[in-house]
Amino acid sequence: MPDFLLMAILAGFCVTLVTGPLGCFTVWRRMAYFGDTLAHSALLGVSFGWLLSINLNLAVACGCLVLAMVLIFLQQQRVLATDTLLGILSHSTLALGLVIASQLENARIDITSYLFGDLLSVSIADVITMAVVSGIVLSLLLALWRQLITLTVHEDLAQVEGVNVKAVRTVLMLSMALMIAIAMKVVGVILITALLIIPAAAARRVSSTPEIMAVMASLFGMMAIVMGLGASFYWDTPAGPSIVLGTSIIFILTLFKKVVLSKSSA
Amino acid sequence: MSVLLSATSVGFQRGGKTILQDADIQVSSQEIVTLIGPNGAGKTTLVRLLLGLMKPDSGAIQRSKDLVVGYMPQKLNIDNTMPLSVQRFLALTGQKSGEINNALARVGVGTLKKQSMVDLSGGETQRVLLARALLRKPNLLVLDEPVQGVDVAGQAQLYDLIAELRDELSAGVLMISHDLHLVMAKTDTVVCLNKHVCCHGHPEAVTAHPAYLELFGQNQSASVAVYTHHHDHTHDHHGDVHTDTHSHCTDATHSH
Repeated sequence: MPDFLLMAILAGFCVTLVTGPLGCFTVWRRMAYFGDTLAHSALLGVSFGWLLSINLNLAVACGCLVLAMVLIFLQQQRVLATDTLLGILSHSTLALGLVIASQLENARIDITSYLFGDLLSVSIADVITMAVVSGIVLSLLLALWRQLITLTVHEDLAQVEGVNVKAVRTVLMLSMALMIAIAMKVVGVILITALLIIPAAAARRVSSTPEIMAVMASLFGMMAIVMGLGASFYWDTPAGPSIVLGTSIIFILTLFKKVVLSKSSA
Repeated sequence: MSVLLSATSVGFQRGGKTILQDADIQVSSQEIVTLIGPNGAGKTTLVRLLLGLMKPDSGAIQRSKDLVVGYMPQKLNIDNTMPLSVQRFLALTGQKSGEINNALARVGVGTLKKQSMVDLSGGETQRVLLARALLRKPNLLVLDEPVQGVDVAGQAQLYDLIAELRDELSAGVLMISHDLHLVMAKTDTVVCLNKHVCCHGHPEAVTAHPAYLELFGQNQSASVAVYTHHHDHTHDHHGDVHTDTHSHCTDATHSH
């Protein structure tokens, strides 16, 4: 196997390790649009990173974090409905990112690689960064797992039962921001949400507990990485979109299976 | 009877609108307090303030030091995509399986253990939520519209169960209720809220109070009175008798 393919697979696996459980929370908490908004703001992070010449991964993570904080703040003001708010932020940040990027004259900034990912060009340094970030996010999720699930079931109930709702919710948003910083390389900002939602939706059909669903979502994500990279290697298709198509195929296959723990009796 | 939880002249504003003004309420151990009032009266806000989920803009909330709250929210919003069985839902409290079985059996839904949470009916969900509140061994149960989505016969049973649990746990009970008929019979104190406390006291006294009559009208209060009388009946008889008598009485009220 060529080195670049091995690196790509390793990088993809690091990312899908966290997109599995985070994707589950995205569908359980109906945060798909939130994920989209964060991802779009990542491009703004890239542009600013270039402008200020700081590490791009760091810039993206910071950009997402700032946006997440702004969102939490605006949500508490309750001036606009959350989905309107997300729509405004999502598209404004994406547009601003594109405009700034176009004005960076001597920057050899390749917009398409950020929009659609560039998995086949990851270096060993990238893989190490991804592994570290993914390790941090996974340990955060594991440490707070029960509280995260309780929060997802009912926030007030969680708080009455002693969960620090604000802190746990912030950790979840932080994890999302970190995840986007590393997932951008794999599928690009446009398709990150797909990598979150589709494997989780497929996993739902074969899982009887939240934990199994999170693990299955990661496994499905890894399968899609292999499928997408395979297609890219043999047929020269773009890697990011091929991976997303891989998740779609897995989802369609799970449709033939009866859902575990659902209205089967009805 | 010691005071578990109280609010003293509590006020709360949101977006320039007064939601609560100068509201007082107090719940003691072994007392069932029911909070009633029209939509938008601030019932849920007051309960959220009492639970410490929000801070009041004025006034004070006091909680006894050994307070353990078993909270039953109005409804859960578990997404269809979450594979969560009743047992797993209850295990989130950190309790052992034996305790979980006992709690489920106590509220009469022992057979639902393996069911998915999203497939439960309204009444089943309320009972599972009650089981979850019990697992915390509370000395105060806080119930937000506990009979929502439950049919009339089931409502009476649920109120009976709540009263029994109060005795077993020696706990105080604070509940929000929309309906006035069934809830009155099992209540020690009614607090009638419309931004401020209009009146409070024993159900019979409150239903005769001018402020109550103004809020809920003569008709309502008549059927409540009828029900209270009728409740003495149901100790001997059962469900269907009670619904019959009830509708009959309501008809009588209408003909006034």
